[in-house]
Amino acid sequence: MIQALVFLPLIGALIAGFIAILGAHGRNPSGDEMDHAHDDHGHGDASAHAAHGHDDHGHDDHDDHHHVAEPAALGSRAAELITAGLLVVSAVLSWMTFVDVAFMHHDARVVLLNWINSGDLQLSWTLRVDTLTAVMLVVVTTVSSLVHIYSLGYMEDDPNRPRFMAYLSLFTFMMLMLVTADNLLQLFFGWEGVGLASYLLIGFWFKKPSANAAAIKAFVVNRVGDFGFLLGIFALFMLVGSTDLDTIFASAPGLTGKTINFFGWHADALTLTCLLLFVGAMGKSAQFLLHTWLPDAMEGPTPVSALIHAATMVTAGVFMVARMSPLFELAPNAQAVVMLVGATTAFFAATIGLVQNDIKRIVAYSTCSQLGYMFVALGTGAYSVAMFHLFTHAFFKALLFLGSGSVIYAMHHEQDIRKMGGLWNKIPFTYAMMTIGTLALTGFPFTAGYFSKDAIIEAAYASHTQFAFYGFLMTVVAALLTSFYSWRLVFKTFHGEPHDKKHYDAAHEAPLWMLVPLAVLGIGSFAAGFPFKELFAGHHVGEFFRESLKMNPHIIEEMHHIPGWVPYVPTVMMVLGFLISYLFYVRKPYLPVELANQHPLLYKFLLNKWYFDELYEIIFVRPAKWIGHFLWKKGDGMIIDGLGPDGVSARVLNITRGVVKLQTGYLYHYAFAMLIGVAGLITWFIFGLGGQ
Amino acid sequence: MTIGLGHYLAVAAILFTLGILGIFLNRKNIIVILMSIELILLAVNINMVAFSTFLGDIVGQVFALLVLTVAAAEAAIGLAVLVVYFRNRGSIAVEDVNLMKG
Repeated sequence: MIQALVFLPLIGALIAGFIAILGAHGRNPSGDEMDHAHDDHGHGDASAHAAHGHDDHGHDDHDDHHHVAEPAALGSRAAELITAGLLVVSAVLSWMTFVDVAFMHHDARVVLLNWINSGDLQLSWTLRVDTLTAVMLVVVTTVSSLVHIYSLGYMEDDPNRPRFMAYLSLFTFMMLMLVTADNLLQLFFGWEGVGLASYLLIGFWFKKPSANAAAIKAFVVNRVGDFGFLLGIFALFMLVGSTDLDTIFASAPGLTGKTINFFGWHADALTLTCLLLFVGAMGKSAQFLLHTWLPDAMEGPTPVSALIHAATMVTAGVFMVARMSPLFELAPNAQAVVMLVGATTAFFAATIGLVQNDIKRIVAYSTCSQLGYMFVALGTGAYSVAMFHLFTHAFFKALLFLGSGSVIYAMHHEQDIRKMGGLWNKIPFTYAMMTIGTLALTGFPFTAGYFSKDAIIEAAYASHTQFAFYGFLMTVVAALLTSFYSWRLVFKTFHGEPHDKKHYDAAHEAPLWMLVPLAVLGIGSFAAGFPFKELFAGHHVGEFFRESLKMNPHIIEEMHHIPGWVPYVPTVMMVLGFLISYLFYVRKPYLPVELANQHPLLYKFLLNKWYFDELYEIIFVRPAKWIGHFLWKKGDGMIIDGLGPDGVSARVLNITRGVVKLQTGYLYHYAFAMLIGVAGLITWFIFGLGGQ
Repeated sequence: MTIGLGHYLAVAAILFTLGILGIFLNRKNIIVILMSIELILLAVNINMVAFSTFLGDIVGQVFALLVLTVAAAEAAIGLAVLVVYFRNRGSIAVEDVNLMKG
């Protein structure tokens, strides 16, 4: 069952990819056929004519290509239905696996093949299924199948649909590889695989330069994190001699107090390893300092944003830290860093979200902020609570993204919320769903977000680690900000006066393909909360997760013994945020403008995202470009080419040019040379040889 | 004053040098070069005949006749080549004959 679950998306991706290649072949006849035409001409005519005929032919072909509007590839619908169908099967299987593993306690290790057998490094390709994996399986396949179905409607105008579906399915497969990994190398394979799929999907509309730039940015920033992750894997292999998770966890307690000598600096082995692993998680989960790629990644199609940049891939970092919980539990300093970074991200991303105007970017910053919440929970040692928020967040954030997609679809690909307004009676269903998503995100009582977010804030309050109070403070403030910007999004999009009459009049509800996933996610935004509360953040945590998580033994207990006012804080913040937002954007819409004018510096600072892009441009991008240019022009061009191939050939030419000049062609010069030669020979014979 | 071997050899040397200089200094006409070659051959012949007489060995004179024959044939071929060359290129000035220039 687990094999089918994991490999069905891959099969779908291969089929859709094959159809995509066939479609591309149909649209752009390959070079072979051109060559045949050329040959025909060549046989019939003189060679000069053949060359001419070939030119003409190529030109005609080019023109045809431009005049005809790009048709969708043959079999596009089939590719969509196959991939979506396989994903639905996969999702059903993963719910069955979830029940089987989480409640029946049938953990599984499925060995697929022996992979690497080299010296100390013994690896097999094993699917590891425990509760942690099962939770991720459910999240990934459920959201992925819904996004596949949603894409049937959202991408209907795109000629490259099979390619899109192939990428989506490939992503899902890689994500499943990641969550079922039994050793760190396998985890890294999935990790890089989702990075690749993310790159391909962000740059899906490759004719847009901004999409290409965003794709490259996402890829490069992720490489920074991956470098840390790789170093972490190396360090673990050095310490333990294995990358198998079970071996690592078994020998983890023996590693306490060990140090790694790093250029004379004796670093605590576990802390260093955990920090390196966390750098990887920061890259993938867009945490503070490595977050810059996530908002730009919104250049991709909206279903991609929902699947990859909200629900699944960006939570891979959270999953990885949770998976490595036996290590993190032994490294309190690393946990403190996790808490610090998470809390900072939660606050910082929320402040930027306050003033953004692109509907998808607001949701993206919100995602960034919510990921910060999850890391705060990880920092307290309440790994299950982080997984809880991951679980609920996947539903309501995917809902928000798909809802935004529906709004964008209705507005004919307009994403600026300043040009929207009053849409609620035009697209009432989307409005309702977006409201549900917003309620869940802001933590309205009895929605999914209410349980998970409150649990995180309680855990932060109950925790005794360094920065715990900072974490608590930041998450509470971020809850206020979250509520404000989420309702701002809703008010500016759906209420008030329409700002763009033309788009407003043309706005219409999306097709059924898109509404059904919205409805399912809307239900999920409620259902993912209460029924799972006890399992993730209550008394059943130990029984639910068993061996798959190593929790801070006291945190769950302490969470239930905090002062009575703490659980109400986030709710109060949520209401406060809603009221301010209501005042600003419904009651007195001139207030925010005045406020922005009164504090232009602060407003600019937030609008420009704390100037991180500009800062990185100066610190990293420009020096890198300068070094690259220097190495290209001076290193490669001047030194290597100058002294190597180009230099040698130039010297040969110089010498031969000199030699050639000796050949004047004049008879008397040759005769002179002969005479000199003869004279020389005679002299030699007389004085040299003759002398003997 | 008796004319000895040295005088003959001196005349031959002068003729030889004239022939060599004729090849170098002549910048006008290829026919002059051909004539210079004949001069050089003549110098060699004089050497041969002079030595033959003074050493009492007739072989040198026989060889001189042979050289004369070959020189005549060579002059004929050289002139024929020149005629054909002039027909083809319209000039036999030494400056124009540089087809082997690199």
